[in-house]
Amino acid sequence: MNAPEPAPEVTTRSGADDAVVRLRDARLAFGDRTLWSGLDLDVAPGEYLAVLGSNGTGKTSFLRVLLGLLPLTSGTVRVNGTRPRAAAARVGYVPQQRGFPARTPLRARDLVAQGVDGHHWGIRLHPRRVHRTVDELLERVGATDYADAPVGVLSGGEQQRLRVAQALAADPTLVLCDEALLSLDLHHQHVVSELVHEQRERSGCAVVFVTHDVNPIIEHVDRILYLANGSFRIGTPDQVLRSDVFSELYGTRIEVLRSNGRILVAGRPDSSHHTDSPEELIP
Amino acid sequence: MSLAAIDWNSLFGSVFVFDNYGELLSLLRNSVWAGAVLGLVGGLVGTFVMMRDLAFSVHGIAELSFAGAAAALLIGADVVTGSLVGSVLAALIMGFMGLRAREGNSFVGVLMPFGLGLGILFLSLYEGRSSNKFSLLTGQIVSVSSLQLTSMIVLSVVVLATLLVVWRPLTFASTDPLVAQAKGLPMRSLAIVFMVVLGISVAMSVQIVGALLVLALLITPAAAAMNLTSSPARTVVLSVVFAELAMVGGILLALGGNVPISPYVTTISFAVWLVSRCVRAVRERSSSYRRTTTPRSTTPLGAGGAVQNRTRTAAGSTLSEAGSGPSRSPSP
Ligand SMILES: Nc1ncnc2c1ncn2[C@@H]1O[C@H](COP(=O)(O)OP(=O)(O)OP(=O)(O)O)[C@@H](O)[C@H]1O
Ligand SMILES: [Mg+2]
Repeated sequence: MNAPEPAPEVTTRSGADDAVVRLRDARLAFGDRTLWSGLDLDVAPGEYLAVLGSNGTGKTSFLRVLLGLLPLTSGTVRVNGTRPRAAAARVGYVPQQRGFPARTPLRARDLVAQGVDGHHWGIRLHPRRVHRTVDELLERVGATDYADAPVGVLSGGEQQRLRVAQALAADPTLVLCDEALLSLDLHHQHVVSELVHEQRERSGCAVVFVTHDVNPIIEHVDRILYLANGSFRIGTPDQVLRSDVFSELYGTRIEVLRSNGRILVAGRPDSSHHTDSPEELIP
Repeated sequence: MSLAAIDWNSLFGSVFVFDNYGELLSLLRNSVWAGAVLGLVGGLVGTFVMMRDLAFSVHGIAELSFAGAAAALLIGADVVTGSLVGSVLAALIMGFMGLRAREGNSFVGVLMPFGLGLGILFLSLYEGRSSNKFSLLTGQIVSVSSLQLTSMIVLSVVVLATLLVVWRPLTFASTDPLVAQAKGLPMRSLAIVFMVVLGISVAMSVQIVGALLVLALLITPAAAAMNLTSSPARTVVLSVVFAELAMVGGILLALGGNVPISPYVTTISFAVWLVSRCVRAVRERSSSYRRTTTPRSTTPLGAGGAVQNRTRTAAGSTLSEAGSGPSRSPSP
């Protein structure tokens, strides 16, 4: 399942000129608390990057930097070769889950339609064309059954699938998912992660996937960015998800075990910096 | 039966006066047109007010609009300009404070009595006709001059044109701010543009329905529409229809009487809302019945909105998801 990918191949891929995401000596700090620094990273088209780390290590902040909503403390960030704000229209974003108020005047299809043309000025001039696109997207995420239901009454998992459809609507070159599998049952975790993977195969977009549990997406992941203790590791799953790497990151003995293709972490890290242990991160 | 008839007749006699109705209608044609224009603006703007959860701010803006108008009355300036300055100023302050519902409410709560107090101070200093004073709070229709009507039409064209331009981004930003912001939409500018539009609409409404009852025009029709549909397009259409019904209907009923226009407008508005609420309740009962028969959901569809959003815990919804079938009857 996780066939080891030779490291040199990754280096050439990420060294390509057409990188979708390019970070150089990037540092992010709030006050005197540094979340990460010295981050050099290129994400190539079609590459799947998983971002892991405990609560509060700056995963969401990392995505906000890529969206241009948060400035780097120092260093540079380019998305599609330009400023993140300028590239935002071609970036699909599945936010860390937050439900809609029950009376939101949107149906499932309207939410997805906003992903298609919600950011354009004026009123919608070709409703039929948008309608068709939306129907296709709903079909792809298996949401056709509740296409006309108000979003406010849908379950968390149903809303999440709509979020994915919405993110794929703009034919993105980069898809950012923040805990997109949270609160999904195993079946729908699989459905959603396959959807994202399928979009990557289909359009060659890059994927940055923030998650607490790498197992549901491990078969698609090319590289992992692991954030911990104000530092980080980047590499293929086999380079990062290792006992020695984890032990070094957390400064204590930690075992990373593999069983049936699933990755398990044993041993508690120093929990003074963390609200949860790697066991919960990568069960 | 006969008692009811007598009551009805006496009530009818004092509140509904239709003597020389045709004559009055042609005399007060301006008022009817003003009402129609206002209904259109109120219905459209009200939809966004509801989406952005700004009902309380509307009330606050109306009080400052009243203060502005009262100040204008006192210094002998144009009342329309006065109320426009008051409300746009208030709207801008709120817009720049980045107000959205919760944090905003306390600020509006502070601003509102201040505006109302100022207005009352100005009015008590004013020594002109007292009917002018009263009408700022409760509305009037008799004296809509051609000039006033023209200014209202110009203002509403400005409002409508602005809304058309920002329509999709504003809807996006109002209903789904997180993703709208990620898409690169200028959230702050959109908020401020909308507040200016809202300020203008409130000032226009104050002219006709009065500061105290602006909500009947800017909230109630949209709220009624949202009871009936979750489609954004249908919400807008229904909201405008309801607002027109209340405004034009109210004015036509008020023409002959001595009662101010606002009771008519608010009553129609409220009646429409009441009916829509009943329709929603009936629909929710039937669809919640459908829901509980499927293994999909543990929360009844209609019951309490608050229970099923935001605070839903991961565990709860994950469990209810398990074993879900593909079938689901779409809610109305
Ligand atoms: N605008 C801000 N100002 C100050 N501190 C911030 C700001 N945004 C985030 N932080 C802090 O930065 C840290 C990282 O936040 P972030 O949301 O990126 O964490 P995360 O890795 O996504 O965590 P989780 O797994 O809980 O989602 C947190 O401790 C947070 O309090
Ligand atoms: Mg986060």
